[in-house]
Amino acid sequence: MTPISRRQFLGATAVAGAGLVIGLYFPRHGLSSHEVEAFSPNAYLHITPDGKITIVVARSEMGQGVRTALPMILAEELDADWSQIVVEQAGASTLFGDQTTGGSASVRTTWDPMRQAGAAAREMLIAAAAQKWGVDPSECLTERGIVVHAASKRSVSYGELVERASKLPVPREPKLKDPSLYKLVGTPVKRLDTPSKANGTAEFGIDFSSEGMKYALLARCPTIGGKVASLDDSQARIVAGVTHVEKIGDSAVAVVAGSVWGAMQGRKVLKVTWDDGPNKDLNTATISKSLRQALSDKSVPLYRTGDVAAAEGRHIDAVYETPLLAHAPMEPGNCFAHFLGTSCELWAPTQVPQDVRDSVAAALGLKPENVRVNVTLMGGGFGRRLEHDYAIEAALVSRAINAPVQVIWTREDDMRFSTYRPPSVHQLKAVLDSQGWPTAFMHRLVSPTIAGQKGQPLEAGVDPDLKDEASFLYLVPSINMDYVATPTPVPLGWMRSVYAAQMAFASECFIDELSIAAGKDPLSYRVHLLAEDKEITFFDTKWRTDRLRGVLQLVAEKAEWSKALLAGRHRGIAAFGCFGSYAAEVVEITMQDDEPHVERVVAAVDCGQVVNPKILEQQIYGAILFGLSAALRGKITIERGQVQQANFDTYPIVRMNEIPAVEAYFVESHEPPTGIGEPPVPPLAPALCNAIFAATRKRIRALPVLNG
Amino acid sequence: MQQLTLRVNGVERKVKVAPDTPLLWVLRDTLQLTGTKFGCGAGLCGSCTVHLDGEAARSCMTPVSAVGKKAITTIEGLSKDMSHPVQVAWIEEDVSQCGYCQSGQIMQAAALLAKNPHPSDEEIIDAMTGNLCRCGTYHRIRKAIRRAADGRGGK
Repeated sequence: MTPISRRQFLGATAVAGAGLVIGLYFPRHGLSSHEVEAFSPNAYLHITPDGKITIVVARSEMGQGVRTALPMILAEELDADWSQIVVEQAGASTLFGDQTTGGSASVRTTWDPMRQAGAAAREMLIAAAAQKWGVDPSECLTERGIVVHAASKRSVSYGELVERASKLPVPREPKLKDPSLYKLVGTPVKRLDTPSKANGTAEFGIDFSSEGMKYALLARCPTIGGKVASLDDSQARIVAGVTHVEKIGDSAVAVVAGSVWGAMQGRKVLKVTWDDGPNKDLNTATISKSLRQALSDKSVPLYRTGDVAAAEGRHIDAVYETPLLAHAPMEPGNCFAHFLGTSCELWAPTQVPQDVRDSVAAALGLKPENVRVNVTLMGGGFGRRLEHDYAIEAALVSRAINAPVQVIWTREDDMRFSTYRPPSVHQLKAVLDSQGWPTAFMHRLVSPTIAGQKGQPLEAGVDPDLKDEASFLYLVPSINMDYVATPTPVPLGWMRSVYAAQMAFASECFIDELSIAAGKDPLSYRVHLLAEDKEITFFDTKWRTDRLRGVLQLVAEKAEWSKALLAGRHRGIAAFGCFGSYAAEVVEITMQDDEPHVERVVAAVDCGQVVNPKILEQQIYGAILFGLSAALRGKITIERGQVQQANFDTYPIVRMNEIPAVEAYFVESHEPPTGIGEPPVPPLAPALCNAIFAATRKRIRALPVLNG
Repeated sequence: MQQLTLRVNGVERKVKVAPDTPLLWVLRDTLQLTGTKFGCGAGLCGSCTVHLDGEAARSCMTPVSAVGKKAITTIEGLSKDMSHPVQVAWIEEDVSQCGYCQSGQIMQAAALLAKNPHPSDEEIIDAMTGNLCRCGTYHRIRKAIRRAADGRGGK
């Protein structure tokens, strides 16, 4: 049987070097000679006679560690020698299913295919060795890249079995390892990309260049939805280095030069008169007002149990609100494109190579198979690179100038022309019995729908993202959660943890309000409401109360919740489930000049089987600081239809001088792995605001905390 | 356009650029030293940090004409073989995530330790607070600097 071929898509080449290296494949190159006898039982794996084992990563690396964690999964089942592994980044392909990197899904959705790919290859290598030796496969074992026949003390390396194994059938249901036998999975293997990021050789999208490449900056209408009215490019064209000025679509003008600086200088003197369009009166206050007004609009259900109307007792209600936010990854937007008449090649720092391929194909009128999308490293993503705007721009500019081009966004472009996390308003209501326990709980979310704005179908009126992001696991007899999707002209995008951060902020602060109203400790109040082991189904996810209770109890133990705090300290707690995982955090603060200073954050997560605890810890720390930046000062505001923030002075993110002490813990588990990139974000803001209440008796119901 | 001679990573390089061009773009576009990164263009994030005569400088805010005879060191020139104690410590502590800000962080840290081989925690924070990291690697950056300062970062 012929091995399943991926050669028409994947050409050569991993860069040679010591130990483990990251390679990128170059689709335009042909088949390299060493591949002729390679063993490729599936698209993820490629073993050559020299013993080199290439594992293809079909998700994008944006700092979350997929180029290390995903190969670990396959290498575990293959029993490979980790030092022989070479990692290859897949571009847009048809071989790997959906390649979107988002929704904390890379490990959870590739766990099964990567394990099966490794296990199938291992079975074939054993069968090949058994055939060679004339023994029964059941007498053979594998270890670190070799097959061993203990009885005859023979062994053979995987590389030596390539030819024989290539001729064997691929098993459909290979036997997977028992987790107790894992040697790689669950261990703190060092990231493979660290050395290249310590010596400047790591290539990000912005670092890509090719012969004859130009640089382009685009002038875009500062008012949302505006267009170019008229253009005077006489000054821009005489700037040294500027080669082209081209209108791109209705609402942008590209200034192209031989250097980034030239393009920047050209754009500075470009005179564009803008037609502001319909949004010139849009501002943050009117957006907030319209969301609050929509609280009384017709809603669609998210989750219902019992009968909230029948509940009797003490009524408590509150309205919470969150602002627009920008992702602000450290690498500003960029993309390389080379339009070649009937095809186009891109080098894109993207979380969605297939969407880039399809949207560029549509923009250029090409067939998707004639658009080649290579995926570079990303200097952060956080959801911003789920968009394809920069790739379409690059493709259109390349076509307009008939040359390869790198489109670069400045930080100001990134901040002003981002897609923003939608703002939200939340109405929370509860009815407490005479003991202070809730008998009814209501949470109405009003927020613009990201998917809806992008033309994706809503399911029964529900934004599809909410399915992963709107859980409520406390055992209250009557619960009514519903949702009002509102329109907005502000471009929306998915930002790390998406709606979960907003849902958790509102419901976890409100649960705190209830515990205070009941005169009970916020931790034991929550634990009591989760005391019974129950499975709760929210859309596609079966949540378990015991797992949420477990992270609450773990974080309480590690934060020593039962013990007195240091003098001057105050603390808050919050817990939330999203993307299949459970996270709880305790935030300790001091108050300095009436402002909260976060001193310590303790986090506990349950995300099932952990692949790499070191990467997990990085993700938890990172999520906490991401959540802290948003909670303390994160807000994008709009006046006269224009975003007011432009750089890190007006959109500050946490710096080293204000990081708290952080401790991260996880629950040991062999449950299937679930998300980790996003789940530790949502508890931060409510835990912080609950700590601020503990300190000041003042309830913060609108973010950010430092709303100066 | 102006012809300038720069001393970059110990080598004299002749460049012909507009004199107001920030050093960042001369390094990246003209000399293809792309390890130095563009993050904000306004001296707010530190991704573009290089050394000028050993002092940390924001190359996005330094016109190339102002460099003069100063020795420029970029991440590519910090060591030939990753042997700089800060680089060794960075790998030991697995500091990087996305890695984009890390050249600037490493150059900032190396400049600090060159001047002050045994900084206090406060001095580390003071020196590093101008360098942003959106992935949130600050805790490991601090540990790596401490490791390098304690002589546990290699040669």
